[in-house]
Amino acid sequence: MIRRIGATPAAVVAGVALTAALALVSVFVGVADVTPGSLLRGGPDGEAALLLAASRLPRTLALVLAGAASAIAGLIMQMLVRNRFVEPATTGTTEAAALGLLVVTVSAPGLPLAGKMAVAIGFALVGTALFLLLLRRLPVRTVILVPLVGLMLGSVIGAVTTFFAYRLDLLQTLDTWLTGDFSGVLRGRYELLWVAFAATAAAWVAADRLTVAGLGRDFTTNLGMHYGRLLALGVTVVATVASVVVVTVGAIPFLGLIVPNIVSLLLGDNARRAIPWVAVVGAAFVLVCDLIGRVLRHPYEIPLGVVVGVVGAAVFLYLLLRSSERAH
Amino acid sequence: MIVLQSVTKRYADTAVVDDVSIELGHPGITSVIGANGAGKSTLLSMIGRLLLVDSGTITVDGLDVTTTRGALLARRLAVLRQDNHLTARLTVRDLVAFGRFPHGRGRLGPSDREAIDRAIDYLDLDPVGGRFLDELSGGQRQRAFLAMTLAQDTEYLLLDEPLNSLDLRHCVQTMRLLRRAADELGKRIVLVLHDINFAAAYSDRIVAMRAGRIHVAGKPTEVITTAVLRQVYGLDIAVDEFGGHPMAIYHL
Repeated sequence: MIRRIGATPAAVVAGVALTAALALVSVFVGVADVTPGSLLRGGPDGEAALLLAASRLPRTLALVLAGAASAIAGLIMQMLVRNRFVEPATTGTTEAAALGLLVVTVSAPGLPLAGKMAVAIGFALVGTALFLLLLRRLPVRTVILVPLVGLMLGSVIGAVTTFFAYRLDLLQTLDTWLTGDFSGVLRGRYELLWVAFAATAAAWVAADRLTVAGLGRDFTTNLGMHYGRLLALGVTVVATVASVVVVTVGAIPFLGLIVPNIVSLLLGDNARRAIPWVAVVGAAFVLVCDLIGRVLRHPYEIPLGVVVGVVGAAVFLYLLLRSSERAH
Repeated sequence: MIVLQSVTKRYADTAVVDDVSIELGHPGITSVIGANGAGKSTLLSMIGRLLLVDSGTITVDGLDVTTTRGALLARRLAVLRQDNHLTARLTVRDLVAFGRFPHGRGRLGPSDREAIDRAIDYLDLDPVGGRFLDELSGGQRQRAFLAMTLAQDTEYLLLDEPLNSLDLRHCVQTMRLLRRAADELGKRIVLVLHDINFAAAYSDRIVAMRAGRIHVAGKPTEVITTAVLRQVYGLDIAVDEFGGHPMAIYHL
């Protein structure tokens, strides 16, 4: 039975091992000569070791952290909204984070990165809350309407951001926030992603409660839990992850949409079981896409956001067609 | 007991539940009947603290539903609405296990596992315990939710239209099951029903609502009468008797 795969310890070990192997490959792929051989020859102070510590390891770590966290944020968003076709990038969250980042870049350019991140999180929280309020106001709530409302809200916020970025000559900067690109990741420039990791760890601790919240307000209330608080927790995790990713490496499209859907098909929606797998699949997916981007036009690079966008769109289309087949 | 005192709920200017005072939750099954918009579901939702009361108080064994801690209340009273059109892919066992949440804050001990097994067994869900809810038939899914409320191990069980969208066979099965749970497990069940004959055949008490107020409450023979049904539904319905139960002949 397919759905039992995830329950066996062997499958967990295999999944983690595959992702670790991908990470290892990722570390040793690049323009400069960094191989196990060159590392041994150069010793701990050699050029290869320096490159490894300053560039290669940070990049791979950033990929794993951003991939896992973005996928989990997508899962949580889908549970909170009770809709399979949403993720932070289609609910105004990512756009709001970018707007916040633009505002703080213009008004307080000297603020340290952590401060900018805090402002972005604040904006992302407001953007997500706005989306949830809009949904509550909807007279009818169909499967298709929910993501559409999110896309519209995101477009409106995005339009405002683009307008000001255009006026202030910051369009290129805006682009780096909205298109995930890991080629610039160096030591000292990705560590904030651990904040996203912490946020997803909090989600893992509260996994059972979040699953209950995913079954709706009445269901949650019946079991004696406070729905509003769970909603607030979930939204905070989502806003934090989305903002940190935007601030550090740039948003990764589709990831939060397709990874939770794949995992749900195989394993179901019990967050306690799904979250580790969403993290593993998210990290592996990003590692693969990054490798493709680095190898395809070697020695040049295709930004990760572009590769994920193309691969993700294809996978998403497949999932959509598959689910509509199941519905008929 | 569940005690309501002058409970009112308004939407805009209309009182959906209008100054209702009643005691519910006697041993056995109590059915709430009435026309659409009579306030049945709203009443049930307020008792289950799914809806806030505008004025008046509701207590369950002396605990005020608006101020008592959620988890404490969740060990006394379970409430199931019919909007469980779940998109979530949970296994039956996972769902039933959530019924233990109010008892162990999410940690499952041996006694919790026992309660889960018993609930699954009681509803004959053993063969589908590992299946996802979205792969089950409507009747099985209904039973899975009932099993969850059994695992929740409450004295009171509130059900809003549990027969909705079930075929005749599953309706009868569900009603028999509730009767068994009331008799064997000592559950005090309050349910909103549309089919007055199911209410007449399986209930110990029937509460008839009309325009947000309690019209009559009493034994099935006292409530299912031509006179009451005319006032509640605005229809002339002949009432016969079969096997000791009143039977309303409303199809003709």
